Amino acid sequence: MSGKPYSNPYLAGFGLGLVLLAAFVAMGRGLGASGAFASAAAAAVATAAPKSASANDYFARYLSASGAPRIDWLVVELIGVVIGGFVSAILAGRFRREIEKGPRISDSGRLRLAFLGGGVMGVGAVLARGCTSGQALTGGALLSVGSWIFIGAAFAAAYAAAPILKRAWT
Amino acid sequence: MIAPFFESGLFSETASLAVALLIGIGFGWFLERSGMGSARKLAGQFYLRDLTVFKVMFTAIITAMLGVFWLGWAGVLDLDRIFVPETWILPQLAGGILFGIGFAISGLCPGTSCVAAATGRIDGVAVVVGMFSGVLVTGLFFTKLANFYLSTARGVFTLPQLFHVDQGVIVLAVVLLGVGGFQLAELIEKRSAGTSSE
Repeated sequence: MSGKPYSNPYLAGFGLGLVLLAAFVAMGRGLGASGAFASAAAAAVATAAPKSASANDYFARYLSASGAPRIDWLVVELIGVVIGGFVSAILAGRFRREIEKGPRISDSGRLRLAFLGGGVMGVGAVLARGCTSGQALTGGALLSVGSWIFIGAAFAAAYAAAPILKRAWT
Repeated sequence: MIAPFFESGLFSETASLAVALLIGIGFGWFLERSGMGSARKLAGQFYLRDLTVFKVMFTAIITAMLGVFWLGWAGVLDLDRIFVPETWILPQLAGGILFGIGFAISGLCPGTSCVAAATGRIDGVAVVVGMFSGVLVTGLFFTKLANFYLSTARGVFTLPQLFHVDQGVIVLAVVLLGVGGFQLAELIEKRSAGTSSE
């Protein structure tokens, strides 16, 4: 292990909450992550097959009226996330080229599970209209019923799945 | 009433993208500071070793919720002009279940996978690629899902509306839930550190 220890979680959570509040005050909207993935996927389809992208009810809303990719607020925000995370890690000496995994799983096994888990989350985020950022944090703070259903369902499912995945993490 | 500033026309669409970048930088900064870019740390949440995810998330929710509540009460933030995520009961229940399973498998969520990738973690890159593929494939087969996707729509539907109480009552309940949860989280971590064989 190298680098400085992580911040106090309550302090970091308070900072994160102020960033979320700043988004509400400045923009009238919250944070997001999966929406940027949807925007990128829509842009990819619009570039490869413009007609099928604008005919697709899901992708069309992430494109301009003419069906071209557009610069989405959430994509720019997520670029910011990458910059902010990188700078913070560099300053704290925590940037490391590494595969984070449990002690009993191989590198390739971990990477396969990472890809698979990401894919399953992608399906879930489409159905739920958001992820931990857009639903849990944003909708949670705004007291949306659907967001609190999402929080409850996601944590319950993760705890239910955890024993099956013990070999991957412990 | 001036806030939200963008909704009040205080700055342009282009300026809003600069705001997006700044807010994103702050978001990524605090995620990294708390260790939320580390899959090992996040997975600890589901094995009750390390409850950082819960602590960070709930503190952030409570902070922003109280901020919105007080700024609205003081009359400087127009709550009607804040975009509240709409409710679709069954899709969000099913989506939440799938999301949680994917979270436990990958050890990261969409936002934190970007931080993991940005801080050198190769597994973070794999989650980003997987997430992109999942959204892409689901989008391509969207017509098959559309009926379910649009089912049980409730529009903007909040907890105060659900329970027929004032916003302040729910705000207080969430704060109490959080404070109780924090106590419990500290207790669980202490116990887990005591019984750990590591």
